[in-house]
Amino acid sequence: MFNSSFDAVIPIVCVVLAALAAMAAEAFRGKGERMPIGLLGLVGLVAAGVSSALLWNRNAASFGVLVADNFGLFVTGILVVVGILTILFSSEVLERDGIPAGEYYALMLFSLSGMIMMAMANDLLVVFVALEIMSIAVYVLTGIRRDKPEATEASFKYFLLGAFSSAFFLYGIAFTFGVAGTTRLDAIGELMAAQAMVDNPLVLLAMGLLMVGFCFKISVVPFHMWTPDAYQGAPAIVTGFMSTGVKAAAFAAFARVFLSAFEPYIADWAPAIWVLAALTMIVGTVVGVAQVNLKRMLAYSSIAHGGYLLVGLLSANEVGKAAILFYLAAYAVTNLAAFGVIAVLGARDQGNDELRDYAGLWHSRPALATLMTVSLLSLGGLPPTAGFIGKWYIFAAAVSAGYYGLAIIGVLTSVISVFFYLRVVVMMFMKDREVAGMPAQVSGLGMAALAVAIAAIFYLGILPTQVLDLAARSISTIF
Amino acid sequence: MDGWLGFVIMSVLGVGFAAVMIGLSVLLGPRNPTPEKLAPYECGMPAVGDARERHSVRFYLVAMIFLLFDIEIAFLYPWAVALRDLGWAGFVQVLTFFCVLTVGFVYVWRKGVLDWGPVARRAGDPVQKKAA
Repeated sequence: MFNSSFDAVIPIVCVVLAALAAMAAEAFRGKGERMPIGLLGLVGLVAAGVSSALLWNRNAASFGVLVADNFGLFVTGILVVVGILTILFSSEVLERDGIPAGEYYALMLFSLSGMIMMAMANDLLVVFVALEIMSIAVYVLTGIRRDKPEATEASFKYFLLGAFSSAFFLYGIAFTFGVAGTTRLDAIGELMAAQAMVDNPLVLLAMGLLMVGFCFKISVVPFHMWTPDAYQGAPAIVTGFMSTGVKAAAFAAFARVFLSAFEPYIADWAPAIWVLAALTMIVGTVVGVAQVNLKRMLAYSSIAHGGYLLVGLLSANEVGKAAILFYLAAYAVTNLAAFGVIAVLGARDQGNDELRDYAGLWHSRPALATLMTVSLLSLGGLPPTAGFIGKWYIFAAAVSAGYYGLAIIGVLTSVISVFFYLRVVVMMFMKDREVAGMPAQVSGLGMAALAVAIAAIFYLGILPTQVLDLAARSISTIF
Repeated sequence: MDGWLGFVIMSVLGVGFAAVMIGLSVLLGPRNPTPEKLAPYECGMPAVGDARERHSVRFYLVAMIFLLFDIEIAFLYPWAVALRDLGWAGFVQVLTFFCVLTVGFVYVWRKGVLDWGPVARRAGDPVQKKAA
């Protein structure tokens, strides 16, 4: 840390260096030679984690456009955990499915660097650049199984709709600049506070466009159309990564833009978020019930979880503040664990991701069935898991902020969602195996990563106080 | 609702201008179509074959690489002009940018994207690799 103005970029630089190293290693890899490229990624991510821990409470800012405040660092922490777990899951999946390791890790790390940048960005244009760094790498990752037509289709759909949403986002930035004369979030915030009472249609237009751009990324209904196809077509390991990392990063930027810069206009944007949150929870849950493919079902479940996050954003009072970041953390580890199990159970030519593939899993793979059950229960929000505490705080915040309607919708959809999570559990424990052909063995590394994720779910579910305090203190740095 | 007035005027003017121009040319323009006039324009030559031909994927790869280095030049020129004002900090930044691009270039080179012949392709070449 030679110069204080470079401090905030250190975590990003660590990840970028690891990505470049992965790319260079792949370039010089001989034919058929195996290299521990994943290890490079782990080193970079651990370095990023350590440097963000060192930056804690220091409020470092780089070049005015990146701020390593505690909010950004907390999200960075979540992203680092997501990255490390994904790498641990990946090592055996890559070899089994014939995914090119160098490209995979390089893209994943580049995407992570964009996510971290997005969590720390203090300028709308930097948010946009970060969004593109993150998204373009994820588009490619979605279609990295080039021998599978559905992966290519998913990648293409995701790319087209992503590009479309970027246009909305850019237009929003343009209008914001037109109103405020700057793209810096802190400056915008001051300006908005000064003229908050003025009914300026341009501000509404700017907020609307930015909101649409963000909502695409966190797949809020009615901007969720790409989600089921992209999540189903992508390899399970990539789906786990993008359903947690992309969502966490985009939501962090969403929260920062709307809770700090556009906070004075909360009376204008709150009703829109109310409707979006309600729609997202209802559609995500109701359509999720009808799915027979596990990845597709979890895609709808992740849409519904986006709705709960929006409830948290809306009711960001003293309780809600902590709830947002805590929920992000809980959702990230839980969803990653669920997709980790799916990834581990897949085979090269067969995803093994239909619901019926899970029949009788308890008899053939008791450990995996148990792990899957825990993560599904946590997604459903049953105690004593992380998902329960997360939902508890979100709904408590909604009630204390006076959003009774949303709280009721949230609880009802949670109850419905438990139905389709439990359906998988019933399949695993009470049905007999109908189709043969589950994969042979699971490596120690994958199981270790799963065990870590499950431990985190229980830790967050049973002893949440520490993380909740941390979350509450981190988010208080932005508003 | 004052602020919206500008929008309305702008939109009406924009759409209206385009509509009037197209409408006028439809109403007033003479039309004497001949087969030659209706043929696709190909620099005055008679069109050969279908426009939707399959190209080698290498064209796209080269086009993408060209774009990247084009952008690099677009950054280098302004930097070179402002070299003295930007000082060492600017130099280090451009060097960093250049190093990152170089890693990408080495990767592309080693992967055989720049090998044009029908032979001389490396194993592990992304264009060649099959599912097996």
